[in-house]
Amino acid sequence: MTEVRNVVVVGSGPAGLTAAIYTARANLSPLVIEGELSSTTDQPGGQLMLTTDVENFPGFVEGIMGPDLMGNFRAQAARFGAEFLTDKVTRIDFSSRPYGLWVGDPSAPEPSYRTSSVIVATGARSLMLGLPQEEQLLGHGLSTCATCDGFFFRGQRIGVVGGGDSAIEEAIFLTRFAEKVTILHRRDQLRASKIMQERAFKNDKIDFLWNVRVTDLKGDGRLEGIGLEDVQTGERSDLELGGLFVAIGHRPNTDLFRGVLDMDDAGYLVTQPGSTATNIPGVFACGDVQDHTYRQAITAAGSGCMAAIDAERWLEATGAAPPDIAETPTDW
Amino acid sequence: MAPTTVSDATFEEEIAAASEPVLVDFWAEWCGPCKMIAPVLEEIAEEYQGKLRIAKLNVDDNPQTARRFDVMSIPTLIVFQDGQPKKRMVGAKGKNALLADLAEFVG
Repeated sequence: MTEVRNVVVVGSGPAGLTAAIYTARANLSPLVIEGELSSTTDQPGGQLMLTTDVENFPGFVEGIMGPDLMGNFRAQAARFGAEFLTDKVTRIDFSSRPYGLWVGDPSAPEPSYRTSSVIVATGARSLMLGLPQEEQLLGHGLSTCATCDGFFFRGQRIGVVGGGDSAIEEAIFLTRFAEKVTILHRRDQLRASKIMQERAFKNDKIDFLWNVRVTDLKGDGRLEGIGLEDVQTGERSDLELGGLFVAIGHRPNTDLFRGVLDMDDAGYLVTQPGSTATNIPGVFACGDVQDHTYRQAITAAGSGCMAAIDAERWLEATGAAPPDIAETPTDW
Repeated sequence: MAPTTVSDATFEEEIAAASEPVLVDFWAEWCGPCKMIAPVLEEIAEEYQGKLRIAKLNVDDNPQTARRFDVMSIPTLIVFQDGQPKKRMVGAKGKNALLADLAEFVG
């Protein structure tokens, strides 16, 4: 049987990496299964990997680039001995202790890792529109990553779908390249924070279409425009666009845990009040995977710290911690 | 062989001169996912030496070639064989997924 680890952290955004820093400093030798490379937010480092300036993470007076911030988190965890595996968990077994985690072939008879405790920090991923032409046009005028693709829309009219902070941030970023950026929102007001709203309203290159829903994507091999429906009147119209960026919200990455960990109707993991404990003893959840309210890097990092402390105390209480941990109270 | 660098000026010549397939990585300094796949491409370049060449093209400095191949999202990876584009992949992915996509060239 494979060696039993103290703790495995699944996910490597601000929550997972903070849990890794704290559990590494507690001599729990965490393994971080950090995910697989992609151009979506479901990748090592998480959602901040696709952002530019992070201005609200305390401690960075002038702000910091999202990927740089996550690089720092990771290096800090590595400094205290956290191990990293760049792969995805494909199957879990929480039915008996120690728990099993598979990477690679999920039908393998034995799990790749066995562990006394698990910290789930798999985060959330961007939602797509769910239109039939979407897959075909992704990368051909349709994008979910303004920082990756904005450059290719120099001098064009671009649409951004959404009304939250990420939609506004993308729209402002895209004004560096685009002649005009139109924010398409299904309500009559934005959900974004006040400071972001003000920036958008003050920007001459940004205009708004309120109460609209994108009904179809037009273009053969390359996006040329979109069909819209007014959600109040039902009136339909077309809009010519060189590019369309989608930022309509997120969905938690919890498919792996369906039927095992308690989750709410939207799929967010449910933790016990005032704690990161899930319904399975020794399995803790932190960050956006269990938070649809705050969803900030700093709140994710904070709950990652909570999960690490909860995991350490649980390991001590159940006697699963290595002897030197059980005997020495950690000086946090 | 480590990945080579191609430009608008050298693209034609380098792609046409290659006897093995060439994977061209369209990238830029400001693209996070491009930076993340760079080490993966370096590993593949070493491991499949003689079977597949890897060339990097910076889209900031070489807009002509990027436009010619209609690159609208990066990273875009295009495999050229006998000077012709044969396969196109958009977006970063892990090494195993990338190798599966490249199986017909490196298999």
